[in-house]
Amino acid sequence: MLSTTAMRRAAIAAACSIAATSGMAQETPVKGGRLDLVVQPEPTSLMIGITTNGPSLLVGGSIYEGLLRYDENLEPMPSLAKSWEISEDGLTYTFHLQEGVTFSDGEPFTSKDVVFTMKDFLMETKSKWRAIMEPVADVTAPDDTTVVVTMKEPFGPFIRSLSYNVAPMVPAHVYEGTEYATNPANDTPIGTGPYVLAEWKRGSYIELDANPNYWREGLPYLDDVVYHVVPDAASRATAFETRVVSVLPGGSVENFDIPRLAAEEGVCTTEKGWEYNAPLSWMWINNRTAPMDNKKFRQAIMYAMNREMMLKVLWNGYGKVATGPITSTIPFYDAVEPTYEYNPEKAKELLEEIGYDGKELRLLPLPYGETWQRWAEVVKQNLKAVGIPVEIESTDVAGWNQKTSQWDYDLAFTYLYENGDPAIGVARNYISSQIALGNPFNNVEGYSNPKVDELFAKAATAPSDEERQAAYTEVQKILQEDVPVAWLTELSFPTLYDCSVQGLVSTANGIGNSLGETWIKK
Amino acid sequence: MLRFILGRMVKIALILLAITILNFCLIHMAPGDPALVMAGEAGDADPKFIEDLRAQFGLDKPFIVQLWTYVSHFATGDLGFSYRQQMPVSELILDRLPATLLLSISAFLISLILGVVAGVIAAARQGKASDSIISTIALLFYATPLFWMALMAVLLFSVQLGWMPAFGYETAASDMTGLARMLDIAHHLILPSVVLGLFFMATYVRITRASMLEVNRLDFVKTARAKGLKPSVIQRRHVLRNAILPVVTLAGLHAGQLVGGAVLIETVFAWPGIGRLMFEALQSRDYNVLLGVFTVSAALVLMFNLITDFTYRIVDPRIRLK
Repeated sequence: MLSTTAMRRAAIAAACSIAATSGMAQETPVKGGRLDLVVQPEPTSLMIGITTNGPSLLVGGSIYEGLLRYDENLEPMPSLAKSWEISEDGLTYTFHLQEGVTFSDGEPFTSKDVVFTMKDFLMETKSKWRAIMEPVADVTAPDDTTVVVTMKEPFGPFIRSLSYNVAPMVPAHVYEGTEYATNPANDTPIGTGPYVLAEWKRGSYIELDANPNYWREGLPYLDDVVYHVVPDAASRATAFETRVVSVLPGGSVENFDIPRLAAEEGVCTTEKGWEYNAPLSWMWINNRTAPMDNKKFRQAIMYAMNREMMLKVLWNGYGKVATGPITSTIPFYDAVEPTYEYNPEKAKELLEEIGYDGKELRLLPLPYGETWQRWAEVVKQNLKAVGIPVEIESTDVAGWNQKTSQWDYDLAFTYLYENGDPAIGVARNYISSQIALGNPFNNVEGYSNPKVDELFAKAATAPSDEERQAAYTEVQKILQEDVPVAWLTELSFPTLYDCSVQGLVSTANGIGNSLGETWIKK
Repeated sequence: MLRFILGRMVKIALILLAITILNFCLIHMAPGDPALVMAGEAGDADPKFIEDLRAQFGLDKPFIVQLWTYVSHFATGDLGFSYRQQMPVSELILDRLPATLLLSISAFLISLILGVVAGVIAAARQGKASDSIISTIALLFYATPLFWMALMAVLLFSVQLGWMPAFGYETAASDMTGLARMLDIAHHLILPSVVLGLFFMATYVRITRASMLEVNRLDFVKTARAKGLKPSVIQRRHVLRNAILPVVTLAGLHAGQLVGGAVLIETVFAWPGIGRLMFEALQSRDYNVLLGVFTVSAALVLMFNLITDFTYRIVDPRIRLK
């Protein structure tokens, strides 16, 4: 039963002291020092309750906090909530808040801020939060340090939706009754996190100073953190080589530079910190038109692609070949069949069977740099080898968004985060209700299967983990058979850092959620 | 003179307005809009999210209404607001303009001074080894892709020798002030400005050399020689002064491009200038910022055009302004 599992998790989490979660490093942490890292591209805002792009989260995650954090197995850990209970029927969540927490403007953080953030602020600013709140009946604050969330029906993913990137706690006394998007406080973010904004020189750098009133005793260790804005990938690599910066967060440099930089003396590498996002890459196949409307044609595409080679050559072996719609690090993943080994002969057989006429396909690469461009070229070669001619249609980010949201493509690269639970990050890509023109972040391929819709709905609200697992296993089997999209790889963006930097990644959300516990070995 | 200036100012204002309207139409013809880009960056978005953004940006209104709103604000000097960056466009541009002007003017002066001096020397030693060496070096810098030259300069002077900072406008979060800060900025300025300056130098070398040689062949130079003037005086007072007009024309055109012309260098050296602002705005379809930068850039081109006309008159009093 969910309740038993959840209670056990809650008990373990509550028993864990925060010091234990931060004590990943073997040696005694040293206080002081400055950490220099790269942020790319420059964030548009640090108010992560409104702006949720990757760079904003990387920096803003040290200023704002969520109720919970998650370890690498996505088990909840205390953050602004020190403990929590989930009722037997899965309908009531009770959170007990840390005491003595203040916002960086000196005002206390209380349950009133949590209720405001959940019921008002995020409902206005974040589409993801609106979806999470659908099964929620009410959020109340019986006292200053207790928050009670009641559900209309059980919704297992809720407990994994309270991290800083999904639900950062914002100050009610600053935002209540104002226009959130244009509130001047967005430029001077006020959070409860370990750092506060000291200076932002647009186009150059962002400097955060340690929050002197931070609620976790003895933290943060660092005096300040400086994020350098360096727009050119080669220059970012140089910045690391000259140690102007000592951390290159995942995705900061082109993949072909990683082996060279990683081999340097005193450079450490970690793939940790992406467990929550669990980025999965695939090619949308426009299911609406021939020959892509034929399941066998889509299967042929899967067999035609040498994904092992793509992983090895383009991604230096970082990551994994994807088996299906759910990333293997996410709960409820199941290694089910069919999977698609590289088998060009089988692809040719399938194409012959359906009488494919050799129609040329348009392929839209992802405009995110060299690796993605080369990836499209490899796919083009692979498909050409089995007799599918492909024309690559390059475009910029805005053009890519336009074409995919208007369904103007045959094949299109993309990757999306799975956000800790299939109900949040996976279902939206395959269920019929998410087919909507003008939006590039839903069921863009146009796949529709009532059985799949039913299974995803059932899995989200099933009262026990076992029932959820059964539904997800079945849906994975169906999707892997139908191939609505061509899954490529479970992406991994290794972080490179100077080995003197300790405790860089201590949560499933990576550097954006860990710098409070980072320190520099002298 | 006053009539001339007033007439030109009216002309400049009308051209600016026309350019702005044209740019507005061109930008809106590009696929995609800022709401979609921002939704894409957020990683997921429901229809409400995109609709809200479009309403906020005014993109839900008919094109002609959007154009009228922009132009009527523009006429009062208001360049609009960047919802993406949450700042007024004029503030964003003014924030970045000093860095761009510093880099561009330094590079401009380096290319102009080195180019003219090298061109004069090359002309004076026509056909000799030094002439060939100057021409070859200048062309070499011009023929090398700018970003590659920049990267090589960083590898040599920053990574290998450690003499220069690899990137940036100043040492980040250093708390330096006064003279120390100025010296720090100057140190950061050397590599980008020299690389950009050497790239543009070639055109000045070529045009100065050609123009000097042409003037040298004219009768009045022979007369000067016959009068027994010293060759250096002839070259400086008579030949160079007459040969400089094409250089002034080129410099005028070049100066006008200062604002937008350094995108590559600003990118490689992480220089926080207008070029990068423009490029990033283009990528994200931040219409107001893009239009603002185009307008400032166009205004500078027109202004330098005017300055060039005045310079002609100073250099050559035979030219009258009408």
